[in-house]
Amino acid sequence: MLLLVTFAPIVAAVLIMLGLPARTTALAASALTLLTSVLLFFGFDSIAPGFQFVFTIPISTELRLNFALGVDGLSLLMILLGAIVLLAAVWFTGEIEHHENAFYACLLLIAGGAIGAFASLNLFFFYAFHELALIPTFLLIGIWGTGNRRAAAWKVTIYLALGSVILLVGLIMLYRAVPSSARSLDLRVLQAAASAGQIAPAMQSSIYLVLLIGFGTLISLVPFHTWAPEAYASAPAPAAMLHAGVLKKFGLYGLLRLALPLLPDGARHWSGLLLVLLLANIIYIGLVTIAQRRLDWMLGYSSVMHMGYIFLGIASANILGTTGAAILMFAHGLSIALLFAITGEIRKRVPSLDFDAMGGLAKQMPLAAFAFGLGVFAAIGLPGFSNFAAEIMVVFGAFRNGFNYQHFHIFQWAAFLALWGVVISAVYMLRAYRRAFFGSSPEPEVVVADIRSGFRFPIALLVAASILFGFFPQIAVQRIAPAFRNYFTASQ
Amino acid sequence: MIPAPYLEVAVIILGTIILLVESFASQLDRRVLGYAALFGLAVIFIATFFVAPQSSTASAPLWTFYSADALSLFFKRIALATTAGVLVMMLDFAPSVSIGVQGATPQAGLGEFFTIPLFTCAGLMWMASAIDFVLIFVSLELVTISFYVLVGFTRRNPASLEAAVKYLVLSALATGFLVYGITWIFGATGETNLQKITTVFSRPGLEHNAALFGGVLVIVALGFKIAAVPFHIWVADVYQGAPTPVTAYLSVGSKAAGFIVLLRVLEPFLILPQMRTLLVAIAVLTLIYGNLAALPQTNVKRLLAYSSIAHAGYLLVAVVSFSGRAVAFYLVAYLLMTLLSFAVLVLVSQGEGDQLENFAGLSQRSPFLAFAMLVAMASLAGVPFTAGFLGKFLVFDAAVSAQHFGLVVVAVITVGAGFYYYFKVVRAIYWDAPPSSADKIIISPLTRFAIIAMIAGTFLLGVYPQPIFDALQ
Repeated sequence: MLLLVTFAPIVAAVLIMLGLPARTTALAASALTLLTSVLLFFGFDSIAPGFQFVFTIPISTELRLNFALGVDGLSLLMILLGAIVLLAAVWFTGEIEHHENAFYACLLLIAGGAIGAFASLNLFFFYAFHELALIPTFLLIGIWGTGNRRAAAWKVTIYLALGSVILLVGLIMLYRAVPSSARSLDLRVLQAAASAGQIAPAMQSSIYLVLLIGFGTLISLVPFHTWAPEAYASAPAPAAMLHAGVLKKFGLYGLLRLALPLLPDGARHWSGLLLVLLLANIIYIGLVTIAQRRLDWMLGYSSVMHMGYIFLGIASANILGTTGAAILMFAHGLSIALLFAITGEIRKRVPSLDFDAMGGLAKQMPLAAFAFGLGVFAAIGLPGFSNFAAEIMVVFGAFRNGFNYQHFHIFQWAAFLALWGVVISAVYMLRAYRRAFFGSSPEPEVVVADIRSGFRFPIALLVAASILFGFFPQIAVQRIAPAFRNYFTASQ
Repeated sequence: MIPAPYLEVAVIILGTIILLVESFASQLDRRVLGYAALFGLAVIFIATFFVAPQSSTASAPLWTFYSADALSLFFKRIALATTAGVLVMMLDFAPSVSIGVQGATPQAGLGEFFTIPLFTCAGLMWMASAIDFVLIFVSLELVTISFYVLVGFTRRNPASLEAAVKYLVLSALATGFLVYGITWIFGATGETNLQKITTVFSRPGLEHNAALFGGVLVIVALGFKIAAVPFHIWVADVYQGAPTPVTAYLSVGSKAAGFIVLLRVLEPFLILPQMRTLLVAIAVLTLIYGNLAALPQTNVKRLLAYSSIAHAGYLLVAVVSFSGRAVAFYLVAYLLMTLLSFAVLVLVSQGEGDQLENFAGLSQRSPFLAFAMLVAMASLAGVPFTAGFLGKFLVFDAAVSAQHFGLVVVAVITVGAGFYYYFKVVRAIYWDAPPSSADKIIISPLTRFAIIAMIAGTFLLGVYPQPIFDALQ
């Protein structure tokens, strides 16, 4: 089953390149992926400890390398996110003017790479699957992008490649840090070694810093964030959906999976630095987002800003915060995908995405306005959407870290400041919504059509998933929490 | 079971036979000779798997300068495979040779063009087995002299002649360094055999400085072979001027042989800390120079020349970290991806040129070649699931475990730079529109097979490296 989820998109990409009809194959493959991952999600035994659906092939005895797939609640939620956004992204891909096959193949490879990384239990393949998305991103933005697409494609490629190489060094340092009897790239072996205290604290903090820089570049942590808004503004909508929605979560997933449980001392050592950087993500980037004058750039910056909350959950280093971070990753993936999808549709119809040149679109595109509104409310964190549930957990988790009635610790102040971020995001999201969809258009004679009614399905899919986990976060929590409980009992 | 030295003898006999046929059968289509050489190499390659293991107690004089251990067998296979790949390219390149060589008959010179690589191959194979400075010198000269001829083969092309002269002068200089270094080492230790030198070195009270001086001179000579900075000046011009298959041969075969000799020669010297410092310095220079100089290139051949300097840097990192496994695997990966990119380059540049613009819109002219080049560039840059990535992984692993963190930092930055110039080729292939005059590219079945095999090999070794490790055991 897990093998099917991992390889369905990749095999479909190869088949499309070999000449199968692009859209049909891509839709079939992503529907299959979604179906299987839903089955996995509900077939998951939330009481049994450790990884489930494990599948292993030995590769090299000398390197102690094996190809191992397996999931726990955290990776399962991420796989589900990947499958949902993939189906939506493929569905939202309209007519492609040239090289249609290559476009779909690139999309499937990005999603397949992300899902493969989430499902991998071996760090080698964890890393390798993520890199699978590098070339498709370069091609998608460079060939089918808009605006200053070539510069954006270069920038994102160099940034992500450099971040990945730094990450690779961090992973190798991690591999080398455990004594040679326990040396392995297998996550389970490393976890056992870490819980036996075999990684020296001094080593932990240097590895953690390298991993934080590597993963941070991939997640657009300030100050390594400048690639993100430009890339998302220039990328074709389905690519932006997958990249911002799913692939970027790889770095956060890596921090939750590796940095926190394996290097608890390192995490403690650098928590002050991480708090400063994540507050910069929330407050500074939040203010930068308010200053944006174009819809696509605004969304790009907002996706950078929201990473700050997820970092806050990771920094809080308790079950509540990390579980919240995991659900927020899922929720943010859905909402940002929806927003990018609608923006992509608008881009096809209006001459400019500049706020000054837009307005009154709600009259002509009621469906788009409705869907965008749902996305905006989800992104702000209105109760009912899963973003709300997740943000509450994150902020509470951070607040609880080292809480003391007598005097507030750095975490309590960070939680306070982060709450102001909610206000900031409400300001820019609602303002953008008003200026794009309401008021009067500066050029009233332009007539544009609403988005196709067939696109109702992917919109409904994204919104329904968000609302489901908004009202019943318990479904996710009871699957994720055991994974973290193991970490924290092991490290304490 | 075949005794190992017969392999080189077989290659030499093959070359001699083809040369004789070339001189007497004047009516023969010369390309038949190329196919015959290819077939012969394939047979010898298979024969390497049936080589009798060297008995450790063998006392025949041969074994004092010739080794048939797993490492040398492995490098013999690399030499054979490289030569075969180069011959495939040469068959495609044949029309350009006919233009570049003046002669009475339309195919003048083509016979030699297919034969000389066989003698180079024998030299490379001897280098792989050489454990005595005398054999190292002789086999190195066999390789170098045959390359003098090959580099200047298209003699009506001034660029090729210029390349040949540059190569001749600088190579002769490097040979001088080698001989001088060997003399010093011999003077200090009284031995030319590397194993005996190792024993002499461990003897207390030996004056190391004279031997160290000799060792440094030998490293200068080998640095020339592997194109390490600052002995790289010849690389860009010679690579650009030489006929493309010869460039591929230079950048793979010559480099692989240089590295195995380096591994063997360094063995006695590794106990000296000065040598390690020197090698780290060379590795850092090579990494930085190779990668930075490749950034602005617009000629694909020149770009690959600088990239070959850069890869020598990564290989040196593995050498400094004492990881023979990483060196061997990286060389195999390098062989696959470099030959692959040159094979595509030969086809694309046929009759047009080897500028980056000639690659524009290749994805529409020939999706197959475009994909092959994409794989080659991705592997050279180090994208996972390709052999190039696993090679970099092993190199980084070796450097981290040897605690060379400074080297790791430099290598990380240069890998990032590498993505830029390799992706420049990808950009030309996929982003840019083809020139209106360009037509489809015809690929012969043999070349198609070779390219598919190299693509498959690149992917296979990217996820399943065990065969290489097994061969090294």
